[in-house]
Amino acid sequence: MNKKILSAPYLLWSVVFIIIPLLMVFYYGLTDKSGAFTLENILAIATVEHSKALWLAIKLSIESTIICLILAYPLSMILSKLNVNQHSFIVFIFILPMWMNFLLRTLAWQTLLEKTGVINSILKTLGLPGINIINTSGAIILGMVYNFLPFMVLPIYNSLSKIDKNVINAARDLGANGFQTFLKIMLPLSTPGIISGITMVFVPALTTFVISTLLGGSKILLIGNVIEQEFTQTGNWHLGSGLSIVLMIFIIVNMLITAITDKDGEGTML
Amino acid sequence: MRNALKKLYITLILIFLYAPIVTLIVLSFNKSKTRAKWGGFTGKWYISLFKNDDIMAALGNTLLIAFVSSLVATVIGIIACIAIQAMKKRSRSIVIGITNIPMLNADIVTGISLMLLFITLGIRFGFLTILLAHISFNIPYVILSVLPRFKALNPSTYEAALDLGASPFKAFMKVVFPDILPGVLSGFLMAFTMSLDDFIITHFTKGAGIDTLSTKIYSEVKKGIKPEMYALSSIIFISVLVLLFLVNYMPKENKKEIK
Amino acid sequence: MKKVIAVLLLASMCMATLVGCGANGGGKKEVYVYNWGEYIDPEVLDQFEEETGIKVIYDEFETNEIMYPKVEAGAAVYDVVCPSDYMISKMIENDLLQKINFDNIPNAKANIGAQYYETAKEYDPTNEYSIPYCWGTVGILYNKTMVDEPIDSWSVLWDEKYKDNILMQDSVRDAFMVALKLNGASMNSLDEAELNAAKDLLIEQKPLVQAYVIDQVRDKMIGDEAAIGVIYSGEAIYTQRENENLEYVIPKEGTNVWIDSWVIPKNAKNVECAEKFIDFMCRDDIALKNFEYITYSTPNDAAKALIEDEEIRNSEIAFPDLSKYNNLETYVYLGEDGDALYNELWKEVKSK
Repeated sequence: MNKKILSAPYLLWSVVFIIIPLLMVFYYGLTDKSGAFTLENILAIATVEHSKALWLAIKLSIESTIICLILAYPLSMILSKLNVNQHSFIVFIFILPMWMNFLLRTLAWQTLLEKTGVINSILKTLGLPGINIINTSGAIILGMVYNFLPFMVLPIYNSLSKIDKNVINAARDLGANGFQTFLKIMLPLSTPGIISGITMVFVPALTTFVISTLLGGSKILLIGNVIEQEFTQTGNWHLGSGLSIVLMIFIIVNMLITAITDKDGEGTML
Repeated sequence: MRNALKKLYITLILIFLYAPIVTLIVLSFNKSKTRAKWGGFTGKWYISLFKNDDIMAALGNTLLIAFVSSLVATVIGIIACIAIQAMKKRSRSIVIGITNIPMLNADIVTGISLMLLFITLGIRFGFLTILLAHISFNIPYVILSVLPRFKALNPSTYEAALDLGASPFKAFMKVVFPDILPGVLSGFLMAFTMSLDDFIITHFTKGAGIDTLSTKIYSEVKKGIKPEMYALSSIIFISVLVLLFLVNYMPKENKKEIK
Repeated sequence: MKKVIAVLLLASMCMATLVGCGANGGGKKEVYVYNWGEYIDPEVLDQFEEETGIKVIYDEFETNEIMYPKVEAGAAVYDVVCPSDYMISKMIENDLLQKINFDNIPNAKANIGAQYYETAKEYDPTNEYSIPYCWGTVGILYNKTMVDEPIDSWSVLWDEKYKDNILMQDSVRDAFMVALKLNGASMNSLDEAELNAAKDLLIEQKPLVQAYVIDQVRDKMIGDEAAIGVIYSGEAIYTQRENENLEYVIPKEGTNVWIDSWVIPKNAKNVECAEKFIDFMCRDDIALKNFEYITYSTPNDAAKALIEDEEIRNSEIAFPDLSKYNNLETYVYLGEDGDALYNELWKEVKSK
């Protein structure tokens, strides 16, 4: 009925502001400076430096995502069992750090992690050995986990809090112990949240460049750095777009996974 | 014992999340301009902050853009959800897929592609272009917050309202809207947050003379961040925190409403 | 939840209206300036507005390469921009600048030393497109207490003793400049053999480098985080004020002398106001005030004569006697292919 008309504003908007810009990226990616069609920008991913940058980015993103998952799940479980009235408060407490500018937060980690930084100063006064992870991939992972943890916690927390308490009680009544309840009830029912969380962490982590520049000492070249440099320093938008098209494969894969597992077609981020 | 462990775990994570924030707040009182040295305690940056017209203008822009773009995104998003709800599964998946694209695409690609779009359309860069860009990347967050609430609705209540003579709009506002409100607010909040913090998309879509806090801070990275920025961030943070606590711990007769 | 949001909305709306929108109406006299971040004394801008009644709309950029696409695309139109040497020649070649009418900017030729215009010929051969604003050198900043001997050569950046204590510039030209100069080649070389040799040197150095930074060098050296760093002379003065153990030296193999200049883009809308602005900045009292705030060397000899502190006026760092060195160069634009080549090699270094 007239509900379909309601979709018009949004569809129009998404065509103009999502699809068309995307097509322009494709246009740049598939042409060279003279405007001729070429696949070289996309195939450029195969060069030694680019594939290494991509591989490193994938590796670090996977590691960060796993760490986020491991940290977030128990946290979400604990939080979901808290007082229902605290819901908004909890959501806020985790979103609040994001209100501090991203660059400043990352710079603050520099101050914390440096050889002469806050953490090492404290450790030294306590007589303990210092840590030296700044300017290594360890610091990059820490930065990624720090920035994206809320994105993992919130969807999982939402999924878990939606689980009807009676279902859990029923399982307990039927003799399941804590672990079995977790495995058979909580885990499957929170899967949409987990997948949301993984998506919201893995893909942004894959394309980050600020974190690797500030916390990795700009020594570790990630695919995000390559793309950013092509756009802002080299000025080769064609190559930058070509490489971005390659990254979009991840987006497409994710969309497929979400479409398949999300049987109700709802999306469950928040 | 188990409770103590749980509390410890939460505390550790909160320390992890807030350590840099505390660091920044401490730095905002640092007499020395450089973050590498503690030069003594001072409150002067807080004072010079309010005298700095540029930063105040950037602050105004940032808040205004965040507020307006989130509002518009919310309205468009809610309408979109109504429509998506009524779609068949296949179209629904496609539309949701498209919705996800800005969220998943690298920021810089979104920024550049929007810049290319505006140049092609001949739109003059300025406040409007930033606003359009922000609305675009905010809508997905709204849709993804509101849609699940729509799913949980009982369609009969809406139809009952229509049967009782309410216009579709009124029925929506009185019956549907209150139920999806938590999702709407969540979505608005997320959109507002993402808009506040965005740098790269704003950088590529802004015109001359317009700055948000993020672009201002980024332009200072090369030369060293002005301590006034630390002061400003601390103020924003503390005020939001205080508001949060006030609201949460005020006497609540209507506690049941909050969810 | 509702309450939280409501209060927040109210608060932010209040703040927003109190602070006011950034956009303003046109019609009055205004000038759009595009400059490096933290590269001008804000009081100077206020003074300009007071004295001339021209409103300054001031934008900042972090690197030449970020500035260029915005000016080229015409997305934002500026009246005055402050690019670096090689970028100016790129902009001239791409027909983005207009010739400056020096009759309308009397202070430019009167106060700024002729030697700077001489050097400027390397990137602005006819001296018609740019007016020097700041200049300086690139050199080694080191912490006296953290190194064994006084430093005079780029080679110390390859010394194993200082592993993880060395800071390099995160910029393709500056990094290659160091390696090329160490090998005795020109920093504008397009010779593949020389470039590959430089690239190999940089790859060799990478394990010893603590980090590639731009102006983070400043904070890190002040904090004793690293022993040696490559830094711009303007920053060096500031760091020495904060940490007295720091020394700055121009290595014997030679280095880069750079100049940032005011230019007027071809599509500038307020050329008259732009000229007034530049003329104002070239006044001796203004240049002096500015110099004291940003600590980057001024090419304004009239201003330099006014500097009261003798140490600064004769400072080897701020105003080195360039004739003492014989292998100083300024960056030139390498052309698209040259740029692409350098960037490819730099990518290789970063990716190891």
